[in-house]
Amino acid sequence: MRRILRRHEVVADEWRLFGEEVSDGDPVIVPLAELRKNPQTWLGRKGRLGVRLTPAESVESLSDLLTKVALVAIEFPNVGDGRGFSYGRLLRDRLHFKGELRAVGGGVKQDKIFLLARCGFESFELPPGEKEDEALAAFRRYDVVYQPAEPFDGIRRQRFFV
Amino acid sequence: MYKYDDLDQAFVNERVAEYRDQTRRFLAGELTEDEFKAVRLRNGLYIQRHAPMLRIAVPYGLLSSRQLRKLAYVARHYDRGVGHFTTRTNLQLNWPKLEQVPDILEHLAAVQMHSIQTSGNCIRNVTADHMAGIARDEVDDPRPYCEIIRQWSTHHPEFTYLPRKFKICVTGSPEDRAASETHDIGLHLKRDATGQIGFEVFVGGGLGRTPILAKSIREFLPLPDLLGYLEAILRVYNRQGRRDNIHKARIKILVKAVGVERFRELVETEWQAARDFAPRLEASEVDRMRAHFTPHPYETLQNVDAVAGREPEFQAWYRYNTREHKISGYRAVFISLKRHGENPGDITSDQMDAVADLADRVSFGEIRVSHNQNLLFGDVRQDDLFRVWQELRALGLATPNIGTLTDMIACPGLDFCSLANAGTLNVAKQIQQRFDDLDYLYDLGDIEIKMSGCMNACGHHHVGHIGILGVDKHGEEWYQITLGGSVNGFSALGEVIGPSVPLSEVASTVERIVEVYRAERQDGERFIDMVRRVGIKPFKERAYATHSAAA
Repeated sequence: MRRILRRHEVVADEWRLFGEEVSDGDPVIVPLAELRKNPQTWLGRKGRLGVRLTPAESVESLSDLLTKVALVAIEFPNVGDGRGFSYGRLLRDRLHFKGELRAVGGGVKQDKIFLLARCGFESFELPPGEKEDEALAAFRRYDVVYQPAEPFDGIRRQRFFV
Repeated sequence: MYKYDDLDQAFVNERVAEYRDQTRRFLAGELTEDEFKAVRLRNGLYIQRHAPMLRIAVPYGLLSSRQLRKLAYVARHYDRGVGHFTTRTNLQLNWPKLEQVPDILEHLAAVQMHSIQTSGNCIRNVTADHMAGIARDEVDDPRPYCEIIRQWSTHHPEFTYLPRKFKICVTGSPEDRAASETHDIGLHLKRDATGQIGFEVFVGGGLGRTPILAKSIREFLPLPDLLGYLEAILRVYNRQGRRDNIHKARIKILVKAVGVERFRELVETEWQAARDFAPRLEASEVDRMRAHFTPHPYETLQNVDAVAGREPEFQAWYRYNTREHKISGYRAVFISLKRHGENPGDITSDQMDAVADLADRVSFGEIRVSHNQNLLFGDVRQDDLFRVWQELRALGLATPNIGTLTDMIACPGLDFCSLANAGTLNVAKQIQQRFDDLDYLYDLGDIEIKMSGCMNACGHHHVGHIGILGVDKHGEEWYQITLGGSVNGFSALGEVIGPSVPLSEVASTVERIVEVYRAERQDGERFIDMVRRVGIKPFKERAYATHSAAA
C-alpha cells in the first residue's frame, strides 16, 4: 500500500488512483478530465470520490464538484511550477473546500512541505527518493512566520493578520 | 533603521539551519543539482564561471556600521577581501566556497542580515531611493513600507515559486532616483485629497531581452490595502504568467500580452474577490515600522559655506559628490565606488571597515547603498565635510565623479558571470582612462553610461544615456551602443545607433559621441536633453564615420 504524509504522520493511503484496480466502495482519485468525460460512472458509484487537477486546469472549474468530492489532489509536476500554491489557498479561502487537500507529483519535495501546508495542503504523496522522516521534520523547520495563512500547529508567532 | 525583534531573529536563524541541512544533503548526494539549485538560489547562491557567487541582501540599501564591518569580515575570511555592490543595492562575493556558505549566513544572521530571496523565481530584495528620509521633495519616507514588504514577502507561502524573479521598488519623491519603472512593481508614495498616504501602482517594468517600462494600473491605493493588493497582482501573475519559456516568464510579458487595461481588470477582480482573506496592514503595525525610521537627533545648525577658501579639489568633490539635505546644516555625501582603474561597485574589506568607522563618527553610524553602485553617508554636518573628504580621499573613495560619465554602472561581465557574452570591466577601465581629465569630464556634465555584459541587462544598459551591451560575435567580444535611455523623470529606452564595435573601439566611439555633443549643444543643454532634441542621427553619422571607413 502506498504511504503518504498526512498532517504530521506517515500513514497508509486508503485511496486508489484511477487506472489502478478498484473494488466497489474503495475511495478513488480520478483526473478532472476523466470525471468530466464520465460523470455518471464516477459520481454514481459507491465509495468516496477524489479529483486530481493539473496546474493548467482552473481551480474555479471544480466549484460544482466540491460538495461531491472528499479529496482534491493538486499536481506539482516539477520543482519550479508553483501554480498549485495559489490553488490551495483559493480552494480553502475562497471556495471553502473542507475535504482533504493533497499535493502530488514530482515537485512535492520536503523543502516545500512547510509552505504547502500553510497554503492548506494536509496530505503529501512524496515522489521516489524523498525521505519520510526528513519530510516530517520539514513541518517543524519554522515556528515563526510573517504572513496570514492556513492555521498551523507549532507556529509560535506571526506578523500580519487578515 | 529597522531592528529585528524576536520573530525576525528566530526566522533568519531557522533559515540558516534549514540551509545548512540542505547543503549537507547536497554534499551527501541526497539532493540532485536541480533540486539544490532551487533552494540555493533562494538563498542567494549562484554557481558562476570560476566559483560560486553569494548575493547578500541589503534591504532598500540601508546598512549599519556594524553590518558593514561584518560584510568586511566575511569578505576577508571567506572571499578575497573584496565585495561588489550591485544595481539592486546588494553585495556580491565572487569567491566563497559552497560548503562554507552556511557559516557565512550564520555570521550575517548575527548582525540581522541574510541572503534570502536575492535570487531565484521569487520576490527579491525590495529597493528604495538612496535619499529616502533626507530628501526635501519627499512625500513620505519609503523605508517603513519597504520593510513591511520585505517581511511580508519573506518565505511567502504562496509566492515563493513564481514563473520568474519579481522585483519591487518603493519611492517617496516625485523625482524617481530608484529606477522604479524598471521593476515588476513600482510603488510611488502619494497623498490623497484628505492627506492619507497611499501608492500609485506601476506594473510590468523590466529590462533584459524585452525592455519595458512599467505602466500605472492604480492611481491611488490606500495604505491599509497595500499587502492585499500586492497579493492580488502576484496571484494573477502566479496563475497566468508563462512557465514554458524562461525568456517570456516575467510579469511584463503577461501585461504586454493581455494589455494593460485587461491586466488592470484581472487584478481588480482578484482583489475584490480576495479582500476577505487578504492580509490587512493595521495602523499599529505601520506605526511600529515607522518608529524604526524616526529622524536622527539632528543638531540645530545653520547652512554654512563649506567650500569658501578651500582648494579646488575639495570644491569639485563638494559639487559632484554631495547633495542637499532636508535639514539645514547637513548634507548627504556620496562615497564614490567608481575610482578610475577599479571595477565599478567594488570595495575592499579594509575600505569597508574604514567607512564603517567614519560613519560612526560623522553620520549616525549608517551607510546607504545607491542603485548606481555607490555608497552614501546620509547625514553629515556641513562643518565636517572637509575632514570627511580628507579621510575618504585617503581611502581612495573620493573620486569627484558622481553623475559624470565615469560614474558608470556595470555588471561583473565575462570576468565573473557565466551568463555574460563579453567583459565589462575592461571596457570600464578603457573609458576611465580615456576620460581621466576631470576638467573635460566636468565640461561634459551629467552623462550616465550603463553597461551590461549580456542581454539580461543587469547593468541597465537600456536606460543609460549611453548604453553599452556586450555581444558575442564569433567568439569575440563586441559592443552595441544605444543612446537616449533614461529613468529619472523622463523614462525612455535607448536606441541602437549602429553596428556593434570591437572592444578596442568602445572608448573611442564614446569619445566621438560626446564630441558631437560638445560641438552641437546649446547653452547649458545636458547631453540627454540634446539627444532628445536632435535624435540619434547626428551621433550615428559622426560617431560611426571613422569606424565604418576603417572597417
